[in-house]
Amino acid sequence: MSWSRTRHHLSSPLGVVTVALLLLLVATAVVAPLLLGDRATEIAGGALQAGPSAAHPFGTDALGRDVLTRTLVATRLSLVLALLVVGIGVACGLIIGTVPVVLGRRAGRAVVAVLNLMVAFPGLLLALFLAMIFGVGARGAVLSMAIAFAPSFARLTHTTASGVANADYVSAARLLRVPRWRILIRHVIPNISEPLVINATSQVGAALLSISALSYIGFGVQPPQYDWGRMLADGLPAIYTNPAAALAPSIMIVVAGLAFVLAGELLTQVLGGSQHGHLRLPSLRSQRRDMAPAETPPPGEEVLRIERLTVTVPGETAPFSPVVDVSMRLRRGEIVGLVGESGSGKSLTAMAVAQLTSYPNVAEADVHQIKGNELRRMRPRDRERLLGTSLAMVFQDPMSSLNPTLKVGRQLAEVAETHERLGRRDAWRRAVDRLSAVLITDPQARAKQYPMAFSGGMRQRASIAMGLMAQPALIVADEPTTALDVTVQKEVLGLLRRISRESDAAVLMISHDIAVVAENASRVLVMYAGRVVEELPVSGLAEAAHPYTRALIASIPDMSTDRSRPLANIPGRPPHASDLPPGCAFAPRCGRADDRCRQARPELADSGGGGAVACWHPLLPVLESEA
Amino acid sequence: MKSSLRARYPWPVFLIRRLGRFVVSLAVVVTASFAMVHALPGDPVRGALGLMASPETIAATRERLGLNDPLWRQYLDYLWNLLHLDLGTSLDTQTPVREKMAQLVPATLQLGLTAFVVCLAVAIPVGLLLGIATRDGRGRGLHFGFGGVTGLALSVPDYLVSVGLVFVFAVSLNALPVAGLSGPASFVLPVTALVVGPAAYLARIVRAETQRVLGEDYIRAARAKRLPARLIYLRHALPNTLTPTLTVSGMILASMVAGTVLVENVFAWPGVGAELVHSVLAKDYPVVQAVALFFGAGILLINLAVDIAIAVIDPRSTIKES
Repeated sequence: MSWSRTRHHLSSPLGVVTVALLLLLVATAVVAPLLLGDRATEIAGGALQAGPSAAHPFGTDALGRDVLTRTLVATRLSLVLALLVVGIGVACGLIIGTVPVVLGRRAGRAVVAVLNLMVAFPGLLLALFLAMIFGVGARGAVLSMAIAFAPSFARLTHTTASGVANADYVSAARLLRVPRWRILIRHVIPNISEPLVINATSQVGAALLSISALSYIGFGVQPPQYDWGRMLADGLPAIYTNPAAALAPSIMIVVAGLAFVLAGELLTQVLGGSQHGHLRLPSLRSQRRDMAPAETPPPGEEVLRIERLTVTVPGETAPFSPVVDVSMRLRRGEIVGLVGESGSGKSLTAMAVAQLTSYPNVAEADVHQIKGNELRRMRPRDRERLLGTSLAMVFQDPMSSLNPTLKVGRQLAEVAETHERLGRRDAWRRAVDRLSAVLITDPQARAKQYPMAFSGGMRQRASIAMGLMAQPALIVADEPTTALDVTVQKEVLGLLRRISRESDAAVLMISHDIAVVAENASRVLVMYAGRVVEELPVSGLAEAAHPYTRALIASIPDMSTDRSRPLANIPGRPPHASDLPPGCAFAPRCGRADDRCRQARPELADSGGGGAVACWHPLLPVLESEA
Repeated sequence: MKSSLRARYPWPVFLIRRLGRFVVSLAVVVTASFAMVHALPGDPVRGALGLMASPETIAATRERLGLNDPLWRQYLDYLWNLLHLDLGTSLDTQTPVREKMAQLVPATLQLGLTAFVVCLAVAIPVGLLLGIATRDGRGRGLHFGFGGVTGLALSVPDYLVSVGLVFVFAVSLNALPVAGLSGPASFVLPVTALVVGPAAYLARIVRAETQRVLGEDYIRAARAKRLPARLIYLRHALPNTLTPTLTVSGMILASMVAGTVLVENVFAWPGVGAELVHSVLAKDYPVVQAVALFFGAGILLINLAVDIAIAVIDPRSTIKES
């Protein structure tokens, strides 16, 4: 906790208001009884329970005393009682809550069980019954309320303390046979004090409300003493003649309670250090000047065509684009791999291709066609239907991409119900059929199960089956096997290949693993720092022209890899998309880079051999034998 | 062995454990209500009947209440009488406590349950809609406004909300009844007073949960299926917010039970809460005991119901953990 940060928080609107309120309360509590104490008990000659007047801005009470003066004077007793409640409650809670740490596991468990039972009852309710034992009056009310508060504080202490008690340094102290009470004082308490201080501060507000409640119903402060709760009890019966007598103490209770809750929040910020920087959001306004020219009748073969796709995300100083000018075309039945390191923009590209870019990110493209239909020219309903029936997504983590509260069959069936208006029964039948198509045994029974009954591989096959509910022309698979076991990976990739072959669907397979792509795809797009740096047929991978592609391939171990030498890796890290160098983004990690690479960015250009490359010094196939 | 039993029969094991906990907790509450009388400073009968009562009356009352018997005997009698729903006789009015409770309990239940239903009916849709409107960090202004309004609602306790409502609707507008139970109109103010804070709290939880759930992968998957928004929110998101919502609802119901005590007092509601205050002040301990049992058992039942409801809706979490 640095002073500058503390000062930053204190000078925020929350900080200023909180500190001002607290100072005002404390000042009133100290000064008011000294200056106004006599006047508050003075029985004015005027009317009883009179409404507001110049002499009595909030009127007078049943004995003709000035309500405003009494409200101010009552600040001291109200605050003192609340602080006493929290003080005693926190002390008890601290002792009870740390007992398990000192006594060991078995006794600890008993304490926790009792605490759990007590916490189930609202504190105020406990206090009401305890008041029976402790008797009515300020002392009884404080004790009842403090004991009612203790369990929740004890439980908080216990939870935070047992977190610390399992920390390595405490285990180390235990191994060194440091006595338990000493561990508690030296290691545990200093490390749990922060959340406890924050909680205790906001509890002062709660205590103030509760103790006022007790006084209000007559369990707390008794006349001739008075706190805000007592004043409320005296003022309420006369609310028709002088509402201010009831409203003035009510307002004070609320304001004072609020001040301590705010103080708790301020402390959280100062101690906990929440710093959510304001991010600059990308504007939704398109900067693109023109839409793509209406394409000449699209070749029936082409399933996806996207030109100059750019995805912009919020940044700390300005929005930036982790995906820039990505273009691709996929034909029916072909499997295209999109590879790159994490952070290269693959997944954002996948999401944008499927029109799933989520707020506040913005995706723009000059052309975005599915089966020859320009998506931005379509009516939303038609577009959703087209995407729902012809585009399927397979996500990375099958454990989290199926809804845990819905039966698997239901999650499949709803696709057909929504887009093809199939009845429930027909949709369900198709769901079972598709589950069997992805080789799930006993699909009838499996469809009725929840995802939790499925293994990881089965879930991934089920989500592929979900994509097969309609007639997908394009399957976007975003790292479909990364979260799976190696044996299951093969199975899922084989399934994707088979589907592509049998249903003639194109697959855009996104992976960080060029080996996976090399085995399954026919064509590869290599992404680096948000741009496609090379595009080439899989057969040409060995003669890739871009040094980055070569480095990726060199990092795959195979049977001929010399196992006595460390695996090849690419030195350095990819640059962050918000801070790209002016030239080629790969230049800092590239052995072939020169000044030109560092100053000017190469565009994607035909590399010969059916590919394209963005490099000033591409590796030539002829050079490969020499290297 | 134990774990395999749990794996094979998750439901019976869960129910037996949970009901066992309920019975133990109930026993603790019953014992506490018994012990309360003996923790009272001085002679409880003297306290209740006052300084003016003659020693003969005191002695007779002590004898009648069995306070001269050994403690274990008193405890067993207390349990025996409870089993027969005999709650003793009020020291204040000399009427059977059971009759008294039979009049008070329905009024409190009507108030509490109405408030609970209204709270759920308001907070869940509001929280859901705000969660949708603020998903992925959208609508920052709306988010802060909502936080401010609910924060304010949370910082005004129910009895002060009552005072404010009385002032606005009864004193200034003269529109609604402020005291007693007399027809539907008399419910408006007490129910509102009970609902404001808990509804604000629940709406906050539902909003935060909705926002969390809408960021989950399965929602992205549902979007990828191009389901209509209605299905995404109601079928895919809402059920996943239910577990925390239910947990909080249980807490809310318990805190409303405590809230009824104060709110009944402000509105002179003829219920258990108003009676509690009266009987504590009158030191009428048989009535206080009965009220303690009513509230204690009520809260334990609420917790039991919530845990079972969560287990039914979301079997993954509860049954595995318990």
